[in-house]
Amino acid sequence: MTKQILEIENLCVDIDVPSGVLRAVQNISFTVAKGETLSIVGESGCGKSITALSLMNLLPKSAKRSADKLTLDGRDLRDLNEREMSDLRGDAMAMIFQEPMTSLNPAYTIGNQLEEAMLRHRNVSTAEARDRAVFLLEKVGITAARSRLGQYPHQLSGGLRQRVMIAMSLMCEPALILADEPTTALDVTIQAQILHLLAELRHEFDSSLILITHDLGIVARVADRVAVMYAGEFVETGTTEQVFNAPSHPYTQGLLRCIPIPGKTKRGAHLGAIPGIVPNLVGRIEGCHFASRCPYADDACRTGDVALRPSFEKSHEYRCVLSPEICAANLKSGAAA
Amino acid sequence: MSDPVIEASDVTRTFMISAGFMRGKQPLHAVNGISLNVERGEVLGIVGESGCGKTTLAKMMLGLLEPTSGTLRLDGKLVGAAHRIEVARILQPIFQDPYSSLNPRKSIGDIIMLPLKVQNDPDPATWRKRAEDIMDLVGLPTRVYNNYPNQLSGGQRQRVAIARALINRPKIVICDEPTSALDVSVQSQILNLLQDLRGEFGLTYVLISHNLAVVEHMATRVAVMYLGRIVEQADTDTLFKAPKHPYTQALLGSVLTPEPGLGVPDTHLGAAYPNPIDPPSGCTFHPRCAQVMDHCSKQAPPAVANGGMVECHLYAHGGGRKSPKRKSK
Repeated sequence: MTKQILEIENLCVDIDVPSGVLRAVQNISFTVAKGETLSIVGESGCGKSITALSLMNLLPKSAKRSADKLTLDGRDLRDLNEREMSDLRGDAMAMIFQEPMTSLNPAYTIGNQLEEAMLRHRNVSTAEARDRAVFLLEKVGITAARSRLGQYPHQLSGGLRQRVMIAMSLMCEPALILADEPTTALDVTIQAQILHLLAELRHEFDSSLILITHDLGIVARVADRVAVMYAGEFVETGTTEQVFNAPSHPYTQGLLRCIPIPGKTKRGAHLGAIPGIVPNLVGRIEGCHFASRCPYADDACRTGDVALRPSFEKSHEYRCVLSPEICAANLKSGAAA
Repeated sequence: MSDPVIEASDVTRTFMISAGFMRGKQPLHAVNGISLNVERGEVLGIVGESGCGKTTLAKMMLGLLEPTSGTLRLDGKLVGAAHRIEVARILQPIFQDPYSSLNPRKSIGDIIMLPLKVQNDPDPATWRKRAEDIMDLVGLPTRVYNNYPNQLSGGQRQRVAIARALINRPKIVICDEPTSALDVSVQSQILNLLQDLRGEFGLTYVLISHNLAVVEHMATRVAVMYLGRIVEQADTDTLFKAPKHPYTQALLGSVLTPEPGLGVPDTHLGAAYPNPIDPPSGCTFHPRCAQVMDHCSKQAPPAVANGGMVECHLYAHGGGRKSPKRKSK
């Protein structure tokens, strides 16, 4: 049995807003094994970034986190104070943010920012930290790495900045890397390069990766396992093959039909669409969160809680009242329509 | 039979950019000698990385920027800042970010009616009715007529932008990244709507996007831009089945479709996008090209016509035409 790096049970994040309590993340449970890539995918506002921030304990003050279990490498993260948490950040767990333009400090050289994590967490000299920075900059494909250390973020292109961010996250060889939309701000060609690099480095350093994205294309190509998130809940989890080849939840099925695939989707034909909008998460939603947009919803969906249930294979779960057989039939008839 | 609604011939736009402290200004050829026709009724996709000049080209088509040299004709007439109102009657834009392209202090109705006001439409009594009709057509409930943009979702805002673009019944709509700020489920709604409207109004689209899957789905013809030049042009089928230019091949190779098990492709593009102030010599793509040859860094590649057009030395020995003279260097 592979070692679980991260184990989470019933993680909830509630945010106080003027109109009440916004339940941004509701009872999500997952584990990430050593060396595994888990992708959390969903549309804007579904709670995926909040999930990442809550793991790092970087939530805004108005947000409250609760969980039945939250361990990183066997260590309980729930009652760590701020100081103990910042000992972990950048050391055992590191985060790569979406916007390389805004997540690097413009007033410090990239050398400074790279060395900082190492100097903070390890008992090393500046020279050692610098060597490590140069080593990693070369690893992420930056040429003339030593001379780059004196440069400021504004002197680098977007792709280079994101490479610097990746190098920075690897400084202390963290057990877990959280990447929140790491390539959204980049061009497709650079995106492919960065993802390629991320996959390679992850193998080399054997870190676990949580990749948060809205782009199903990236998920399909990079992740080992997928969790589809909708309105604060996981609606479908499984291996990448299970979720993409046999999506069970109506939301996952709908999402995959929205995306044109060159050579497969008929050109100019209507794409699938998910009518309606994401429900307001302030207060309690009765029944299935997706019911208001679901083509198969009936009264049974709107009462009581809908639990995750196993599909044909045990590792593949989805949150719907419909049986696996009906979902498979829906997938077929939906594709034909 | 060729029936171009937009004819660009050898269009160049140069910006004078500060090259650094005390280094004076240097020319940046954002669009560098583009010749391109947009045929009536087609959907022309323009793809390329950020900074390749897609948006500058669109702005010149809209008459918002004057070409530094070369000519742009719209329906046979020269485009220029002097004729903006006339241009706007035929050509309308839809911009990328529906959060910043709508005036937050105007109601949805006012936003949609503004083009009628600008064009001095002779029949003000019908404006409201026409605005409501067009809202209906783009799938906006008429009850949001008196609302403000901040009360609408991203998809609804983009529908407002589309309604505003169409109220004067233009012939051509320039869509500059129309869906890249939207979620996939909303993106597909907007793309479906654009398809429907195209049939209904007989529109011609110029679709600028970095999302190749979207371009493949919508466009009938595709032009690939790199550093201010069009490096390949072909109808969509040909371009996606048999891309010729190494850059097009790399671009298509980087498309990540939701198909598991294929992994992340290695594009072999290596070096980053070059500095447009100081573009590489010869073929501007040669430092990143996987099939680079000796003379690529010395000579500008010829434009080879082969059904479409490709600007690359690899195809030069097929009796290709002479290349048009380059403006840079």
